[in-house]
Amino acid sequence: MLTNSSFRPILALALLLLSQASWAVTVLVAVASDFTKPMTEIAAAFEKATGHTAKLSFGSSGKAFAQIQSGAPFDLYLSASEKYPLELEKSGFAVSGSHFVYAIGKLVLWSATPGYVDGQGEILKTGDFKHIALADPSHAPYGVVAVEVMNSLGVLDKLRPLFVMGENISQTFQFVSTGNAELGFVGLAQVIDVNSGKASAPAHAPYLRPVGKIGSGSGWIIPDNLHSPFRQMAVLLKTGAENPAAHALADFLKSPPALAIIEKYGFGLPK
Amino acid sequence: MLSPADLDTLLLTFKVASIATLLMLVLGTPLAWWLTRTHSAWKGIINAVVALPLVLPPTVLGFYLLVLMGPAGAIGKFTTWLGVGTLPFTFPGLVIASVLYSLPFVVQPLQASFSAIGEQPLEAAATLRASPLDTFFSVVVPLAKPGFLTASILGFAHTVGEFGVVLMVGGNIPDKTRVVSVQIYNHVEALEYNEAHWLAGVLLLFSFSVLLVLYTALKSHPVAHPLK
Repeated sequence: MLTNSSFRPILALALLLLSQASWAVTVLVAVASDFTKPMTEIAAAFEKATGHTAKLSFGSSGKAFAQIQSGAPFDLYLSASEKYPLELEKSGFAVSGSHFVYAIGKLVLWSATPGYVDGQGEILKTGDFKHIALADPSHAPYGVVAVEVMNSLGVLDKLRPLFVMGENISQTFQFVSTGNAELGFVGLAQVIDVNSGKASAPAHAPYLRPVGKIGSGSGWIIPDNLHSPFRQMAVLLKTGAENPAAHALADFLKSPPALAIIEKYGFGLPK
Repeated sequence: MLSPADLDTLLLTFKVASIATLLMLVLGTPLAWWLTRTHSAWKGIINAVVALPLVLPPTVLGFYLLVLMGPAGAIGKFTTWLGVGTLPFTFPGLVIASVLYSLPFVVQPLQASFSAIGEQPLEAAATLRASPLDTFFSVVVPLAKPGFLTASILGFAHTVGEFGVVLMVGGNIPDKTRVVSVQIYNHVEALEYNEAHWLAGVLLLFSFSVLLVLYTALKSHPVAHPLK
């Protein structure tokens, strides 16, 4: 038989779990892999601030898109592009009108070798490298932007035979970081030194481009005027329409603490 | 329907798989024979190493190959010293990665069929003064024919279906390293489901035919076991 003293903690625990369940909910989020680092930190801050739980599933935006269309139980979807969330709203898998831009992607021409990439990207015109890595432009948003940049610079045709294409931006980064490709287009979040301070223009001079410091190797943060706006969009999915934690996380993504984290990792802020 | 680019990936895939299978048979046969006959303390270790690619997820294996074959890796330094440059993103690199990845599928059936032969046929050959090499080609190879067939087909089919390693080591270059599995994946990611279905359908039909041929051939060549 249970004595009074051994029974009491169990009862207390059961009550605690019950009371937790009544107000704290779990939100399941599909996150584009380029947003892995900031989202991990944002989720931790979110859990601390609200008591809700955020479970994150990282992967390519396209994969998550296909999964959602096949009934994956995600509540919120953070895509690396605008295309997929808008498409999901149209096809009825997302709550109509719930989409919002949560971050602006930043592209870097990067090499693992210090001093290899100059601050103006002149190497694209003059370099005699054998491989240039980019994410596959047929589906990866970072690849699409990279092609636009090379097109703007008039080097696309010259460089096309040197392309090696990563399935996503993480793999592209691995091609370059292992030195197999001399240089490549990666996300600023992947190479930024988060301890170097803010990766944005000072408040008094918003016309200055972000100047996040690159942690290792050498890189050129590509100016926004060389490509179309790289808006990363989130959307509330039908599964999460009634989930208070999903709504809370969507709101939290627009709050100053989340924006500070987004900026720290080298993303631009939605305007 | 299939586009010319899709057909290119199919052709390239069969080229990689054929060359890799050939190489695996050349490397795998002595290795499997040694593993069957030896009493060396190394046997367990080599067996485990050969089976390791089965344990590692393909993209992880691909990542380590990328590191090893890259300019800073041991293999990469060696190939650079040889004057052939680094292997990732090249056709030979793709073949070598495929060989490492699919080798267990060749070595293990061979090993199984070699050990099924037993001692007697080898001893009988020895009493007839056959040299070890002669014994191997005149006795072992004919007796292990089903094993060679299984090993070739499994090695070939596994290389055709391989994805994670080639994606990592290949770099998805059209006509050079973009194989059919990568192309199907690209179609899916680009939401070109129709193209993906076609290409996957052709691949499945091909694989089915290959396996059908294998099992029909195996049925007509039952293991000629001397003790039965």
